[in-house]
Amino acid sequence: MIADDDEKWLAAATSAVKQNAFYMQRAIDSNNLKDALKFSAQMLGELRTSKLSPHKYYELYIRATDELRSLEMFFRDETARGCSIAELYELVQHAGNILPRLYLLCTIGSVYIKSKDVTAKDILKDLVEMCRAVQHPLRGLFLRSYLAQVTRDKLPSIGSELEGYRNMDALEFVLQNFTEMNKLWVRMQHQGPNRDKEKREKERNELRDLVGKNLHILGQLEGVDLVVYRDTVLPRILEQVVNCKDELAQCYLMDCIIQVFPDDFHLQTLDVLLGACPQLQPSVDIKTVLSGLMERLSNYAASSVEALPNFMQVDAFSKLDHAIGKVVEAQVDLSASASVTLYLFLLKFTLHVHSDRLDYVDQVLGSCVSQLSATGKLCDDKASKQIVAFLSAPLEKYKDVVTILKLTNYPRVMEYLDHDTNKAMAIIIIQSILKNDTRIATADEVDALFELIKGLIKDFDGLTDNDEIDEEDFQEEQNSVARLVHFLYNDDPEEMSKIIFRVRKHILTGGPKRLPLTIPPLVFSALKLIRRLRGGDENPFGDDTSTPQKILQLLTETVEVLSDVSASELALRLYLQCAQAANDCELETDAYEFFTKAYLLYEEEISDSKAQVTALRLIIGTLQRMRVFSVENRDILTHKATGYSTKLLKKPDQCRAVYECAHLYLAEEGENLKDGERVVVCLKKAQKIADAVQKWPVHPVVAVAWGLCLCMSNC
Amino acid sequence: MVLVLALGDLHVPHRAADLPPKFKSMLVPGKIQHIICTGNLCIKEIHDYLKTICPDLHIVRGEFDEDARYPDTKTLSIGQFKLGLCHGHQVIPWGDLDSLAMLQRQLDVDILVTGHTHHFTAYKHEGGVVINPGSATGAYSSINQYVNPSFVLMDIDGLRVVVYVYELIDGEVKVDKIDFKKASTSSSAP
Repeated sequence: MIADDDEKWLAAATSAVKQNAFYMQRAIDSNNLKDALKFSAQMLGELRTSKLSPHKYYELYIRATDELRSLEMFFRDETARGCSIAELYELVQHAGNILPRLYLLCTIGSVYIKSKDVTAKDILKDLVEMCRAVQHPLRGLFLRSYLAQVTRDKLPSIGSELEGYRNMDALEFVLQNFTEMNKLWVRMQHQGPNRDKEKREKERNELRDLVGKNLHILGQLEGVDLVVYRDTVLPRILEQVVNCKDELAQCYLMDCIIQVFPDDFHLQTLDVLLGACPQLQPSVDIKTVLSGLMERLSNYAASSVEALPNFMQVDAFSKLDHAIGKVVEAQVDLSASASVTLYLFLLKFTLHVHSDRLDYVDQVLGSCVSQLSATGKLCDDKASKQIVAFLSAPLEKYKDVVTILKLTNYPRVMEYLDHDTNKAMAIIIIQSILKNDTRIATADEVDALFELIKGLIKDFDGLTDNDEIDEEDFQEEQNSVARLVHFLYNDDPEEMSKIIFRVRKHILTGGPKRLPLTIPPLVFSALKLIRRLRGGDENPFGDDTSTPQKILQLLTETVEVLSDVSASELALRLYLQCAQAANDCELETDAYEFFTKAYLLYEEEISDSKAQVTALRLIIGTLQRMRVFSVENRDILTHKATGYSTKLLKKPDQCRAVYECAHLYLAEEGENLKDGERVVVCLKKAQKIADAVQKWPVHPVVAVAWGLCLCMSNC
Repeated sequence: MVLVLALGDLHVPHRAADLPPKFKSMLVPGKIQHIICTGNLCIKEIHDYLKTICPDLHIVRGEFDEDARYPDTKTLSIGQFKLGLCHGHQVIPWGDLDSLAMLQRQLDVDILVTGHTHHFTAYKHEGGVVINPGSATGAYSSINQYVNPSFVLMDIDGLRVVVYVYELIDGEVKVDKIDFKKASTSSSAP
């Protein structure tokens, strides 16, 4: 209903404006000053209405003031014809109502600013004072808005030739207009009953740019340099902002100041700006203000490298850190998410401006930790998300996890994440290493890193999250950890050895579900080291830990763990890999030991027939390549392997395995390994098995036949 | 012109974190018609990644593969060629050409692709071709001391196959190629 009425009134007023404008234009065309004034006053009379909402009033205002343009041109023509401002003012007095009269006076006054017979200073002063006559907030705001608009591009710039005019007068004019407009705007808050408060605030919000416009004008005024800004403009604006004690105004205007004036100004007046914050109403959302400021300064630092020394010079970092501390202290019910956001902005600022100062970065992390410790462990998602963003910022900036490891407060912040988010963060850290190909090169760095990712490495506080976690997700997690192992590397064998021992220590805390996924990469990392040590040939290491023997010993102890957690097939394969490494180092005892362990696993743990076939094949394949064994040792192992072959479940598998054992008696080099007799024995056995089976796939027969031929050609 | 990618022995994450970036940038989806993989991926993530390069993925089981459902051997026909695929740890002695030739006859294929040794080889042998694409990640091998990351791309065109081998040596990708021609179309006896 009300909306419809609004439309109706607007329509009526608009048509009245149109009509009067028409007659005004006709009068202008016939150079009839008196009539022009009469009809324009009537037209402007429509703006006296109280019936319209701010939004509709604005539409009417635009209509009316549009029409005033031609009147303004007409006045200009009149002054060219010699009409003086005094004369025009006189004629306007006849307009009955004050509002239309003031609109006209503003129009006339603006035309005369550039004239030579009156000082601009006086005109401006008069106009801004005269407008005081309209105290109704809505009408007054629009009137003053018109005043600002119509004088805007006529405000003299510096070095103007006008007599007795100083640039400060333009400044004073705008400042005063701003002050009065703000007062009117604030007054709107208190008009009307309490129950309409929300509606009023909404309406006020629609009008806020009218007030903000003045600040834009100030920002663009020529001659407003740092000194003027610091000594006059900022203090005056802040004075009004603080004194008006209005939450809406303060919030908007603080943001406006930050957006309108140059970043360099803000840097140099940081004290003053930050000093105003505690003086604002408690309900003002300071963090938005500070965030806005820090973001601007960050972008400023990012875009102009020459400005960076200024940041140091004014000690921007400490001031901001201090200011945030005070805000957080003062606002007791600030949510965790909100305070982390504040620190996030400060962190981004620090990373942009002082990226080389790890101590600053650490300090911000520390401040955040202190704040979080007051609230305790966070359960709310929003805050967790912010913390992840907070922790990711330095990662993205430095791209080097080794730098992150130097930040002592980093792990402390991670403590405040719930279990799942903590793990997610750990994955992010690992991804950073994988993506940037970062080398973690010392045992101490390994320790620091594993401290950060400990959520992935072991169960939290004795709780196992077996039921909650998705199997696939778990595997992906552990596979990430496995991939990570390959980035823990140092060219120096001694340090590498230390790294391996350290990694092992951490991994072994993982529990039965993790070990089968995390031990293999460790084993291969160690095997690679052994190969490197072997390649060295000299023995420069007095140190005990970095000999092949010591590492093989470590491997024995490590792979053993796998058989304890029922990963026997994997353990068997790894023992065989170790045996080959021992072979390459000519360590017969170690190699034999590994084979023994593999055989024991085969006998005791591997019962699935298909698994047996594969395991036995691997045993035979590995044994076939061993060169380090004495005749007796080789005999024992070969005999055992042949024995296993005959005990396989399916005949074709038996046949095949026995035939393969024949290769164990053949050799490329070394006569003492070649045992033609034994070969034949094997092959005959294989043939016997082949004969014993009724139904057949063709292959094994063919295999045995070819095997026989091979043997004949070799012996 | 049919492009077949042959690779294997990646051993992710046991022995390597991932394929070399230079290889990954070369393996663009949509360019390859078939992938044959000798096994030892070892995890599902790699399987999924290979599937994005080409959905027609043929894979056999390596001794460290986590998925037990891959077959031990596989044969397939591409154009005029019959290809055989096997990881190679099943063929003893490992890497022995004669033993591999036995397998080739057993599977009755023109081209046998195996792995396990992490050493690229391509031989013409008794009317057929035996190819080992090596290890795509340059993974540690107890058999082979000096492993460079490598993979093979076969261009099958009628009776001719051109084998391109890509090897990463000292940070640069080196390419080599070998030509093979089939004597005639083999028709299996009824």
